[in-house]
Amino acid sequence: MQNEASDVLNRFRHGDVDAFEELFRQHQRAVYGWLLRITRNAAAAEELMVESFWRIHRAHARFDPARSFEGWARRIATRAALDWLRAKRTLSELSLEVCAEVAARVEADPAVTAEIRRKTAQAFGRLPAKLRIAATLAVIEEQPHKEVAAALGISVAAVKVRVFRALRLLRTDLERQGITP
Amino acid sequence: MKTHDEERMKKLLRQTLPPVKGDAGPGRDLWPEVLRRLDTSTGASVSPGWAWLNGAWFDGALLAGLVGLGAIFPAAIPVFLYYL
Repeated sequence: MQNEASDVLNRFRHGDVDAFEELFRQHQRAVYGWLLRITRNAAAAEELMVESFWRIHRAHARFDPARSFEGWARRIATRAALDWLRAKRTLSELSLEVCAEVAARVEADPAVTAEIRRKTAQAFGRLPAKLRIAATLAVIEEQPHKEVAAALGISVAAVKVRVFRALRLLRTDLERQGITP
Repeated sequence: MKTHDEERMKKLLRQTLPPVKGDAGPGRDLWPEVLRRLDTSTGASVSPGWAWLNGAWFDGALLAGLVGLGAIFPAAIPVFLYYL
């Protein structure tokens, strides 16, 4: 069984498309789920799946079969998502989506008004992409810092710093709007 | 920012943007699109003679620029690391 998996990874490394398809089928759910967590948008996650697996195939010769394929794929997908957040994501796009999502939530804390949530979402959308992605994964999605660090290609300490900076910038932005969180 | 402020901000963020259930797979089979993308990129790839222009030289120039900047303005290194 292990030999079979290792054989698929080796064949992928040498550019075998059948092995690549096998790996795609095996890991698509995990990579898609990860992208969905980052983008919070099914269409974007699908678009990024295609982009990520294209990048994965392009980098096949650099893959080390001794390492986990899923971890490597997740890292490439995170990089693709980061590029997408930087290039395509506009503030208005995020705000509209987030507002619709917030409005749909029924179990929200009544002490936090819809207006505060709307402004928080908008302020979050204004954060630099690399801080937003770290805060999304570590705080909102509550993914282990170690996994976030591996996906972003940084240390656990750097993840903590990015999350801290994201929260601090968010608070400063809200305070500027007269909201004391 | 103090620890309790940090926790309050985290709570506010989770209330604003609830976690996504990331355990569902894509709604359709994306493999045909991946294959199409591979075919397109193979057809449109740069010729081997110009392949070195495809990013590697720029990475090198950027690195050389940063090293040069660090050598001329050492005080800028912590600032750069902060924004990295």
